[in-house]
Amino acid sequence: MAVEHPVTVPSGDQTRIHNIGYRTYDGPRLGRSYATRSLYSQSLRGAYGLGRSVKSKVLPMLLFVVMCVPAAIMVAVAVATKAKDLPVDYTRYAIIMQAVISLYVASQAPQSVSRDLRFKTVPLYFSRPIETADYVRAKYAALASAMFILTAAPLIVLYVGALLAKLDFADQTKGFGQGLVSVALLSLLFAGIGLVIASVTPRRGFGIAAVIAVMTISYGAVSTLQAIADAQGSSSAVPWIGLFSPVTLIDGLQSAFLGANSAFPGAVGPSNGEGVVYVLAVLGLIAACYGLLMRRYKKVGL
Amino acid sequence: MWKTGAALWDLRVTPRCPYLWSLMPMQLCGVTTGVVRVTTVGDVTVIATESLSKRFPRVTALDRLSLDVGPGVTGLVGANGAGKSTMIKILLGLSPASEGRAEVLGLDVATEGAAIRERVGYMPEHDCLPPDVSATEFVVHMARMSGLPPTAARERTADTLRHVGLYEERYRPIGGYSTGMKQRVKLAQALVHDPQLVFLDEPTNGLDPVGRDDMLGLIRRIYTDFGISVLVTSHLLGELERTCDHVVVIDGGKLLRSSSTTDFTQTTATLAVEVTDTDAHPDGTRAVREALHARGVEVLDSQSGLPGAGHILLLTAQGEETYDVVRDVVADLGLGLVRMEQRRHHISEVFTNEDEQRKEAVGHGS
Repeated sequence: MAVEHPVTVPSGDQTRIHNIGYRTYDGPRLGRSYATRSLYSQSLRGAYGLGRSVKSKVLPMLLFVVMCVPAAIMVAVAVATKAKDLPVDYTRYAIIMQAVISLYVASQAPQSVSRDLRFKTVPLYFSRPIETADYVRAKYAALASAMFILTAAPLIVLYVGALLAKLDFADQTKGFGQGLVSVALLSLLFAGIGLVIASVTPRRGFGIAAVIAVMTISYGAVSTLQAIADAQGSSSAVPWIGLFSPVTLIDGLQSAFLGANSAFPGAVGPSNGEGVVYVLAVLGLIAACYGLLMRRYKKVGL
Repeated sequence: MWKTGAALWDLRVTPRCPYLWSLMPMQLCGVTTGVVRVTTVGDVTVIATESLSKRFPRVTALDRLSLDVGPGVTGLVGANGAGKSTMIKILLGLSPASEGRAEVLGLDVATEGAAIRERVGYMPEHDCLPPDVSATEFVVHMARMSGLPPTAARERTADTLRHVGLYEERYRPIGGYSTGMKQRVKLAQALVHDPQLVFLDEPTNGLDPVGRDDMLGLIRRIYTDFGISVLVTSHLLGELERTCDHVVVIDGGKLLRSSSTTDFTQTTATLAVEVTDTDAHPDGTRAVREALHARGVEVLDSQSGLPGAGHILLLTAQGEETYDVVRDVVADLGLGLVRMEQRRHHISEVFTNEDEQRKEAVGHGS
């Protein structure tokens, strides 16, 4: 229908507004939930630079490749050496690659929300049928989904590779399932923290730096303190210290409930009782991030 | 006055294929055809407010404002901080009123905000465009955000961008656009979902004279050709005079005046006459004044501060015969008659008078 007719477009004449006959729209208007879904899909595509400039695609795509290549190499090694097990557990993979994941969330959370603030696109969204809550949910869901794609893709590579290498099916499927639950929680937690930080600043560079700082400094501080506690012989303090950084939270949670080997010093993860605290802390943080975002956008309006 | 269910119907005066029509060169000359949507005037209240108030802890932004706005182009005038933006926010259902009620297109702003925003377009005053996407990409996205299915969103985007005058450049990132082009994209995103009403907040801000003229023409066409009612804010009265059917003036959150533009700019009995000079009469204006005086037609004091008043004779027309007298006098003197026209009020004059009256009233009151 919307065929272009170059005849109506005299080149070089940009100063006149031509009447080309207005057509009204009598078709369906799909309303609020459709608009929210549109914002979700646009934000999800945007998180990988799709629909944006070539420059915006470089970093997310590069990080995606960096996430998947080690998994592919591990699979190749496992197949070639006919190993009995994969070199790395499904649950461990994201912990090893945490720097890449942190970098991704640091680059894409500001892309998702700081841009709308900086270029004042937010008021345009709120002049549409969506409400504040819809905007927050769509943005949160989109970044969490993008991170899930980033973290689950290498697990799929590992799983497919493991099956090709004819490793034990039940064992691998169980590990794969545990890995997926773990990275789902990780995606929600990281996306929430990233968005809360990014939504405070309209400056993208500042947002990137702040997210990286929060992720790496908290992890650095926590793992150093854990190492000191372990060296001092007070290993019972190690799991409690682990509550204070996003990466160690996920690590502790999955070693308590998802059969992972802890990356904590001494490889001693939290006990089941302590694990419950970890679960509560993770869920509480996710809820708090959502609540903070809602509060933030109540103020941003028109 | 609180009517729901606006009666709209389409009056199609277009050939079967609108695109065949769009190929015809006459369209390029601005000949108006296409689809005309006629809204029943007088039956419909597009915007209605009743004792609408908005109070912030320290400021009263709107103070018991009661207003009825019908179809057409309505200008909303007021100084900065007069309550224009607050009013648009309330009308979009984004900010609750402290008191009173308001309806837009027969929908209550307090309870049916989402439904209103589906049928209404909004063009903000400030920049609101991301620089790294193309106009097409952005407007398609905003169309979908208004609830249009993907295919319809793309079609309407192509149409709307052409209507606002963006052609090949619409595929380039917005970051490289001029202010005029950006304003057009902002307007396109407000029109893309074919709303019944658009709020345009200072649409001519930052435009050069040509761009301003184009924008004003386009705003006029939004109603006359597209059938979409317009509420446009501005602080430039000359612009409103040219584009609006109706002008609403608010100040300090209160309604100062609401009347049709013709009421503001009604013709007066004053006649403006301009003549040429000749060798015989080096000061033609003066010669005509004296000759008119001799024939019993008094010329008003031309030092009224009106532009070009020095060369223009202002006189009160007593009737048709005054025109003949002026013609004869000028012809007898052998001068050229450059113009003879009925003076119109300018909106700004009305405001100046009203402001003074108001200040006096306030002065007496205190």
